[in-house]
Amino acid sequence: MRFIGLFGKKRDRVETSTELDLAGADEALEQALKNFRQSVLSWSEAEFGRARPAAKTVRQRSWRLAAGWALSMVLVAGSVSGGVYDHHRRTEMAKAAAAAQAAERQRAVAEQRAREDEEDLLAKVDSDVSKEVPSAMEPLAQLMAEDDIR
Amino acid sequence: MAAGTVTALEAVTGAAADDLAARALETATQEFSTIVSTHRPQIFRFLLASTRDVDLAETLTQECFLKAHRNWSSFRGESSAMTWLMRIAINLQKDHWRNRRMQFWRHTRTNAVDLDEASDWLPSGERTAEQQILAKEQVSQVWRAVKGLSERQRTVFMLRYVEEQELSEIARATGLSEGTVKAHLSRAVGRVRAELGGKR
Repeated sequence: MRFIGLFGKKRDRVETSTELDLAGADEALEQALKNFRQSVLSWSEAEFGRARPAAKTVRQRSWRLAAGWALSMVLVAGSVSGGVYDHHRRTEMAKAAAAAQAAERQRAVAEQRAREDEEDLLAKVDSDVSKEVPSAMEPLAQLMAEDDIR
Repeated sequence: MAAGTVTALEAVTGAAADDLAARALETATQEFSTIVSTHRPQIFRFLLASTRDVDLAETLTQECFLKAHRNWSSFRGESSAMTWLMRIAINLQKDHWRNRRMQFWRHTRTNAVDLDEASDWLPSGERTAEQQILAKEQVSQVWRAVKGLSERQRTVFMLRYVEEQELSEIARATGLSEGTVKAHLSRAVGRVRAELGGKR
C-alpha cells in the first residue's frame, strides 16, 4: 500500500510538471505568457538595431581596471609600509629596552661598588679607632690599679 | 627524368592541397557568417530577457560568437547550431554571475532596467487602450515572477516561453535531463501563476 502511495505521488508530480505545457487550461496564464513573449520580442528587436557607444564601455572598463589596480596598489603599499613601520617600531622598542636594562645594570654595579667602598672606609675607621683607644685609656687604668693597692 | 616528373607532381599536388585548404577555410568562414547573421538576434534576445541589461546582453552576445568562432572547428553538428550557441550563451551568463559574485567590487552598479521599464515594451498591435493597460499589467506581473526565479529556472522559463524551444532542445542546451527541465518549468510556471492569481 505504501509503495502504491509513493508511486501515485510521483506520478502526480510528473503530471503536474507536464501540465505546464497545457497552459491553455488557464487562459489568463496563457495570455500573460503570450504578452510577455511579445513584449520581450519587441524590446529585443528595438534594442538589437540600436547603435551603442562601444568606446564608452571600453573607457568605463579601463577606468574600472585602473581604479582596481590603484586600489590594490594602495592596499599593498599600505600593508607593506605598515609592516615595515611595525618592524621598525618593535626594533626601536627592543633597543630602548636593552639600553634601559644596561643602564639599570650599570647603576646597580655602581651602587654596589659605592656600598663596598663605604663599608671599607667604615672598617678602616673602626680599626684606626680601636688601635688608638687603649693607649688613651691607659692612665685611667693605672689609677684604678693604684687605688686597689691602697 | 622520372625524378623530375615526381617533383613536378608533388608541386602540383601541394598546390592543389593548399587550394583545397583555402577553399575549405573560405567555406567555413561563410558558413559561420551565415550562422552569426541567422542566430545573433535570438541569442541577444535570450540574454536580454535573462539579464534585463542591454549592454550586458550585447557584450555577452559578442563573447558568445567570439567563443563560437574559436571553437567552430570542434563543432561536429551533433546538435543544431542554435542549441550549441545557446549552450555557450548560457555558460557565459553563468560565468558572468559567478564572477560578479566573486568580484563584487568591480560592478557596484548594474545597468539592468527596472521591471516597470521592461514592461513598457508592448507591440503596437490592434489593441484598445484598455487591452494595452491589461497587457502591460500582465507583463509586469510575469517579470515580477521571473525576478524571483532561480538562475536555472529563469533560463529554462525563457527558453520555453520566449524562445519557444522544445523540452528536448532545452535539455540539450542546458545540459539537464528532460525531467529536471520539466521540474524547473513547473516551479517557474507555478510562480507566474501565483503572481497572476494574487493580483487577480
